[in-house]
Amino acid sequence: MKDIQLTGAEILMRALIDEGVDTLFGYPGGAIMPVYDALYDYRDRLNHILVRHEQAATHAAEGYARVSGRTGVCIVTSGPGATNTVTGVADAMVDSTPMVVITGQVGVQMLGSDAFQEIDVVDIMQPISKWAYQIRSPKDVAWAIHRAFYIAGSGRPGPVVLDFAKNAQVEKAPYEAGTIDFIRSYVPIPPTEKESITQAAALINEAKRPLVLVGQGVELGHAQHELRHFIEKAGLPAGCTLLGLSALPTAHPLNVGMLGMHGSLGSNKKTQECDVLIAVGMRFDDRITGKLSTYARQAKVIHFDIDPSEINKNVRADVAVLGDCKETLAAVTALLRPNSHDEWRESFRPYDEEERAAVIEPQVHPTAGPLRMGEVVRRVSELTGDKAVLVTDVGQNQLMAARYFRFTEPRSIVTSGGMGTMGYGLPAAIGATFGAPDRTVCVFLGDGGLQMSIQEMGTIMEQGAPVKIILLNNNYLGNVRQWQALFFSHRYSFTPMANPDYEKVAEAYHIPALTVTDRDKLDDAIRTMIATPGPFLLQAAVLEEDNVMPMCCPGHDVDDMILTC
Amino acid sequence: MTDKPHITIDTAPSEGTQLYTIIVFSENLAGVLNLVTNVFTRRQLNIESLNVSPSGVDHIHRYTITTYTDEHTVQTLVKQLEKKIDVIQAQYFLSDEVFVMDQALYKIATARLIENREISKAIRFFDGHIVEVNATYAIVSKNGLPEETLALYRKLKSFGCILQYVSSGVVAVTKSQREELKEFLSLREEEGRQGQQLSEI
Ligand SMILES: Cc1ncc(C[n+]2csc(CCOP(=O)(O)OP(=O)(O)O)c2C)c(N)n1
Ligand SMILES: [Mg+2]
Repeated sequence: MKDIQLTGAEILMRALIDEGVDTLFGYPGGAIMPVYDALYDYRDRLNHILVRHEQAATHAAEGYARVSGRTGVCIVTSGPGATNTVTGVADAMVDSTPMVVITGQVGVQMLGSDAFQEIDVVDIMQPISKWAYQIRSPKDVAWAIHRAFYIAGSGRPGPVVLDFAKNAQVEKAPYEAGTIDFIRSYVPIPPTEKESITQAAALINEAKRPLVLVGQGVELGHAQHELRHFIEKAGLPAGCTLLGLSALPTAHPLNVGMLGMHGSLGSNKKTQECDVLIAVGMRFDDRITGKLSTYARQAKVIHFDIDPSEINKNVRADVAVLGDCKETLAAVTALLRPNSHDEWRESFRPYDEEERAAVIEPQVHPTAGPLRMGEVVRRVSELTGDKAVLVTDVGQNQLMAARYFRFTEPRSIVTSGGMGTMGYGLPAAIGATFGAPDRTVCVFLGDGGLQMSIQEMGTIMEQGAPVKIILLNNNYLGNVRQWQALFFSHRYSFTPMANPDYEKVAEAYHIPALTVTDRDKLDDAIRTMIATPGPFLLQAAVLEEDNVMPMCCPGHDVDDMILTC
Repeated sequence: MTDKPHITIDTAPSEGTQLYTIIVFSENLAGVLNLVTNVFTRRQLNIESLNVSPSGVDHIHRYTITTYTDEHTVQTLVKQLEKKIDVIQAQYFLSDEVFVMDQALYKIATARLIENREISKAIRFFDGHIVEVNATYAIVSKNGLPEETLALYRKLKSFGCILQYVSSGVVAVTKSQREELKEFLSLREEEGRQGQQLSEI
């Protein structure tokens, strides 16, 4: 075996298969053609999804990775193919999504000569990826691929970019099967200090008003179960970040809702009252903390994380529990005294009540006026048994979906958090249908964001990908319009938008579609969408100038939330 | 409008900052220097001096970087450096924790050297050495603390004799009794042999 010579392109195929890859998202072009030629012989083992734009390949790979926990893979050509993946790579980096992007590159003899479609991919990608490397020899293909998968999927996951020079695709080398699971310069899981476990437990046992912040780290670390034991044993109320929403069932009695800018009133108010703040796999983004200098100053902070560089970055931790949260949560739980904190938990209730009356009821159960985003989201959630995968684009549609969708299963939210990438939703939903083929995948989009990736209807058509597309059409770049209303005296500078006839667009792609305007037709429309096999576009004409509330305005204290405006 | 930005990279230390020496070890793969300097740029830190050399351990490069910053920033900085896959170790030190040395070369006009005897006196006073002389120029070499090499530069400049000046930037070794890179590497090699093992918590 060792002396059989294979081309670099074929070594790539074998190495991908050895890594357990069976799905690829990509788009061909000159500098990657030898790889596509090899792929032709591996079609039966590697299912290649031809997207309609390389950015969509990255988001599809992200969607695939988020729901499946496996590393998403993209293959694109050099130059514009590679630069089109930049947004997706950056998105996967800030949201810790495992992904391997393989970009074609000109042959080494042409590097640096401004050859056709030659661009310095490694330099562009280095600051926005977990690792970026140029493969210049067929002898390095297997090493680079296995290293890439190990890096992308281990520790705090992230994107890896491999820039594959054309000569290395066509030249030959022997291939030896095998993977990499050790890199001396890379410690994916930092060692846990014993004292941090005992100190964390002691602080929590002493706490009178504890509050847990649940981040995506819990999902990435497969620690949903451990988290539940942890909070249940000591009666710890827990709020979730946007990306952590499905780490804890929405209806769990200890779940106090989403944190941050458009989170629940109770969780944000109580952040400023708690005595011990326990962050698990989250990074204190400014959308969570509001004004940092006043954030939870009264509280002792315990920070569980796998990434040492997150400790003390934004919020100073009194106890840092480094390591894999599946292990560390269980270790701390073992030392906890059973507790229920009834009085403290009860104190969230008036805020929940206030928010319900002022914000949630009018949004979810309105009785007059146009449809509202919240009621559409909630009915889709309910009619799919709260079991669907929620994918969102960015904007009001995203925040309303996050607020009103309900989760019963882990790994059920796919959304662009750290980057807020419009155009993410539709391709990510395509990827999610491949990553979770047995689940219903619902994507909520705005009229702006849909048009940023609308070409992917072609991919949906060709693949028959069963994406349930719910377009929350407000004829505005709604989220920006909301900020203009609040902070720029209602000067709607370039946020109203003329829209095409989306039903006709869907029809052109043979995607069944329906528009709903009336409240009493909503349930039927959703049922039709669910009952129709394959993809479906449901357009909801929603209240145009609606606002996502409550809101902690940028630069304000986290508990300074407005309920109406 | 003159071509001058309002925010410049200023070498003068600002209030609340100290000079830190950051020592970074990395695998000698292509592109790591960029990775390292990017972390400084992102944190708006100006690199005072940068030196890259082999490390004394095969296939490992050593970066010695000095920058003015505060303790919180430098703590985050080294963690962000270590987060880079091919960076093996990054540590920060205050001036008294490292032995530092700078090498400077001064190219001066021979005519000035001859006409002003104060110049040779200054060179001797600062412990510099004339390593080459010809009819046009002389080359003076000096090593020492960065403030000393700089002081000789200022002195020679005051005589108006300098044609070129270059300083290598600080190189530094730690004064610690422990060799943490070696300890880390042998620990890692052990772990590599045993496979990733979980701590006994
Ligand atoms: C690529 C990109 N460009 C611009 C923005 C800024 N932005 C955030 S939300 C938003 C409006 C989105 O409008 P739409 O998709 O219709 O969603 P809505 O808020 O109306 O639900 C814009 C422009 C962004 N997040 N991403
Ligand atoms: Mg809109």
